[in-house]
Amino acid sequence: MNWQAIALSLKLAVCVAGILLAVGLPIAYWVTFSRWRWKFLVEAIVALPLVLPPTVLGYYILVGLGPRHFAGRVWQAWFGHTLPFTFSGLLVASVLYSLPFAVQPISAGFEGVDRRLIEASWTLGASRLATFFRVILPLSTAGAVTGIVLSFAHTIGEFGVVLMVGGNIPGVTRTVSIDIYDQVQAANYDVANRTALVLLLFSFVVLTAIYGTNRRALSLWRRS
Amino acid sequence: MNSIRTTFALAVLAGLVLVTPFRVARAGNAVSLPQAAAKPCGTVTVAAASDLTYAMNEIAANFEKATGCTVRLSMGSSGNFLTQIENGAPFDAFFSADIAYPKKLEDEGLAAPGTTYLYAIGKIVLWTRKDSRVDVSKGFSALRDPAVQKIAIANPEHAPYGRAAEEALRQSGVYKVVKDRLVLGENISQTAEFVESGNADAGIVALSLVLSPAMKDKGRAWNIPENLYTPIQQGAVVVRAAANPQGALQFLNYIKMPATAALLERYGFVLPGKVSTAGKP
Repeated sequence: MNWQAIALSLKLAVCVAGILLAVGLPIAYWVTFSRWRWKFLVEAIVALPLVLPPTVLGYYILVGLGPRHFAGRVWQAWFGHTLPFTFSGLLVASVLYSLPFAVQPISAGFEGVDRRLIEASWTLGASRLATFFRVILPLSTAGAVTGIVLSFAHTIGEFGVVLMVGGNIPGVTRTVSIDIYDQVQAANYDVANRTALVLLLFSFVVLTAIYGTNRRALSLWRRS
Repeated sequence: MNSIRTTFALAVLAGLVLVTPFRVARAGNAVSLPQAAAKPCGTVTVAAASDLTYAMNEIAANFEKATGCTVRLSMGSSGNFLTQIENGAPFDAFFSADIAYPKKLEDEGLAAPGTTYLYAIGKIVLWTRKDSRVDVSKGFSALRDPAVQKIAIANPEHAPYGRAAEEALRQSGVYKVVKDRLVLGENISQTAEFVESGNADAGIVALSLVLSPAMKDKGRAWNIPENLYTPIQQGAVVVRAAANPQGALQFLNYIKMPATAALLERYGFVLPGKVSTAGKP
């Protein structure tokens, strides 16, 4: 079994979950509480990766952010390399690709918080930030946990984008799903079998853990 | 709200239902226009290695014109097709980039016995975009330049062209230098795409792709000396579970005809009968 690939996938998933926790909370807050009339546009953009095939995202990263296009050249000038074939490339792709998996449950959690408690906090003089951290977030941890765990798990399971822009470099972009694909193509069914089984068990355990301990989050997720 | 949505969905469905028969009818017309006397053989489903992408499209079009059959082409990695056919993929004929795969299918009883045919020998080239600073005319030594950050080859674990590329790099002694700069394409087309999009600075790709009309003017190539790698013997076979074995056989025979052989040669393939002269000027 390819432990290097498993370790890489875990590292990628941890980074993605961390970034999405930082980025997802404010986006979810805004999506939940904003009254801007064009808000639905932002909601649609956030949800795009649920519908878009990974090939579309992969294509844009490979070609649009490649060295032949403006955006790619800007990126190259700042970071010294283009996105494809790098860990940061996978990170950018995965964050975009898992965004709705973080934002939607978190937002559903926020929506479940009793509006009167939030307003009470404000009238008692607590700032919006304090209200967020001391009232809203504690009352919606289930949604936040679900969002983070789902984006973690979704990143572990990512395949199409990585296949398109990863370049299959051991230890850098050869994730566990790519490794399984390689083993199947090379007809190493034994290895593929073992790795696939590990992933199957992992996914099952993660989902059982979420749904088992977080029934409330589940019902919120369904409502969204 | 719900009723609006339902109405919309129904409208879309109705649209699809209305449009579908017309499309089918059109496809039907195209099929029923045989141009030659040979008896039409229906639809032949062909899986072909991605180094054949351009050549096979041309061959299939010629075959369709000559026979009135329809060819349904799937291009991809030979290793992937092998796995798929072993697991019951509905292909009639399989054009592999490595003759070992058709032979394996025959050994496993999954190919029509005795149909494995060596149709061409593939060549690899070092390739770079036209606007690249890499001077491929210097051969592999051009890759020693640290400015060459990424070098694309096909995955040597399962792509025949990748295996040849790795072997050539090892034989020429640059493998250790470039090892950490290699990026692996899933098949040889993707490898070429990595170079063509500029994401890789250079790559080792199939000569057949570089000579195709789509790529011809986009880059510069250096022919990798043939003594650096084992010849890429490409084999085709009729799949035993073929839905259309007759058509598959007809297509395989068409590949053996001189005109088709000449076309393959034009795409940089060496023909099996001319193996002995390969590599000599």
